Amino acid sequence: MNRITKLFQTRLHNVLNLYFTAGYPKLADTMPILEALQEAGADIAEIGMPYSDPVADGETIQQSNQIALDNGMSLKVLFEQLAGMRSKVQIPVILMGYINPVLQFGIENFCQKCQEVGVDGLILPDLPMDEYYEEYKPVFDKYGLLNIFLITPQTTAARIRRIDEISDGFIYMVSSASVTGKTSGISDEMEAYFNRVNAMNLKNPRLIGFGIKDHATFTKASEYAAGAIIGSQFIRVLQSASDIRADVVEYIKSVKIG
Amino acid sequence: MTSIEQHKGQETAFGVNAKGYYGKFGGAYIPEMLYPNVEELQQNYLQIISQPDFQEEFQDLLKNYVGRPTPLYFANRLSEKYKTNIYLKREDLCHTGAHKVNNTIGQILLAKRLGKHKIVAETGAGQHGVATATVCALMGLECIVYMGEIDIQRQAPNVARMKMLGAEVRPASSGSKTLKDATNEALRHWINNPVDTHYIIGSVVGPHPYPDMVARFQSVISEEIRSQLFEKTGKENPDYVIACVGGGSNAAGAFYHFLDEPDVKLIAAEAGGHGIHSGMSAATTFLGKPGVLHGSKSILMQTEDGQVVEPHSISAGLDYPGIGPLHAHLWDSGRAKFYAITDDESIEAGFELTKLEGIIPAIESAHALSVLKYLNAGANETVVVNLSGRGDKDLATYMKYL
Repeated sequence: MNRITKLFQTRLHNVLNLYFTAGYPKLADTMPILEALQEAGADIAEIGMPYSDPVADGETIQQSNQIALDNGMSLKVLFEQLAGMRSKVQIPVILMGYINPVLQFGIENFCQKCQEVGVDGLILPDLPMDEYYEEYKPVFDKYGLLNIFLITPQTTAARIRRIDEISDGFIYMVSSASVTGKTSGISDEMEAYFNRVNAMNLKNPRLIGFGIKDHATFTKASEYAAGAIIGSQFIRVLQSASDIRADVVEYIKSVKIG
Repeated sequence: MTSIEQHKGQETAFGVNAKGYYGKFGGAYIPEMLYPNVEELQQNYLQIISQPDFQEEFQDLLKNYVGRPTPLYFANRLSEKYKTNIYLKREDLCHTGAHKVNNTIGQILLAKRLGKHKIVAETGAGQHGVATATVCALMGLECIVYMGEIDIQRQAPNVARMKMLGAEVRPASSGSKTLKDATNEALRHWINNPVDTHYIIGSVVGPHPYPDMVARFQSVISEEIRSQLFEKTGKENPDYVIACVGGGSNAAGAFYHFLDEPDVKLIAAEAGGHGIHSGMSAATTFLGKPGVLHGSKSILMQTEDGQVVEPHSISAGLDYPGIGPLHAHLWDSGRAKFYAITDDESIEAGFELTKLEGIIPAIESAHALSVLKYLNAGANETVVVNLSGRGDKDLATYMKYL
């Protein structure tokens, strides 16, 4: 069974998803970070596939993308790094990135590689929903990959319903209108939006992303969803890490326990 | 009757389809954060721009504010030199100095009708930034323009103009620090400000409906070429229309009414930079392959891994690693022929026009002029070159070659 599906069968609260950019801060850091995340008790690992033009991301993640590319990261290198992943890492792994590098790699080839190394899901924010449904879904399904969609405070109820209908796994609930790394904290306006979505009784659980950075924001977000996603703040932790394993473990502990 | 009304709802081989595609190219590859804004435009743009009050205001501003119609000038000495009949479509005489203002007027009128009161834009050479800052001043809207750090340095006069017009010029310091990165920053700004802000894209790029919308606003160029040429020569169509292509808005406008006239040869001049094999080029159709950037699928200069390549051109307005999806389709279908013009060739053509006709062209437009020497057009043939902008902004660059 897909590890994301399995996770949400038993856990619908305090699920912690950490985003990091593959090949950052050093090219060979991908696997050590992944292993440290599992050791620290992260529930989902979301690995960013770096791109030259990540328009949905703020400065922190943009810079990590650029450094990773300068380090020599590519999809080919990433799949090589992840080749033995499943002998060490059991938590669900998601790849997140922009559509162009995936298109150049070849959709079928990409999905096949994902299955080979043991990837469970994909977040491709600039892949249009209709195009996914008509052209990509059969390929994703064939290789057991779940596609994770984003919703924002501006997404209409009808569109949320449609996204829920064609999603399996979870829905990525963007907390506010912004690129990553811009927001901090959870406002009354966000709470109203989370409550509005919760009242829709969707079949898919939600994880809240954007603006989550510490125990307080994680706990707060978890009141309104199955859990939360931390990206930019985790990149900042990695940026200044002197010992990846120890610093990741300490940070995750601080988020979960306070 | 206006161009927009003539073409409304008309499906042609080169028109955009209901899903926003030109052949294999186009679409709307955008993150969910932009979806409501883009959807709002998709649902409303055709209806808004075909309304009589919109058309009345648009046409009035084009005539009395921009100074349209711009002349179609028979370039006597240039024609003698190339032994053919060359007409220059004088978009350089538009208010603000380039064709860009045709689009910014259209889009700001649209933005007002959508209830937006802030404007964001990207700019390369600064012509679109100036044209946007100008219409924002005219309409009293707040204006933020993103411009690559490198472009801010090489296009100082336009930066000063934007500031005087009241726009805030924000440097884009990521990536190659040119037009591509300014576009990324403008898109991010729009993501962060989805409700009150309209993004005025300056070229026929971006997610659907931008390529079609911008092409429609620029189509006044070919509409005028057609009637002016008929008036002067009795000919229905020219034999050639030549325009430079960065993203491709002036070319889209100059080609628009001739797209379905197979007798008219459409010629696009891309920026070859130091030469297409030099590693310092922006000749997208020569160096690119299909890919997705800035919300649409088109031809894109990229590495094997799908990372966007940093282009080079002496002309900031052509320094872009993609082309609009319409142009990708024109290239793919063979409807338009593409040339890669080097930096040096464009400068030479700029000096030639200045000497022969007393017109200093923008270096962008000089790329289009440079095609004349490859054309071998006949003595009875008619060539229209779209002179998309004037060269005042480029004097510092020209002077280096004097």
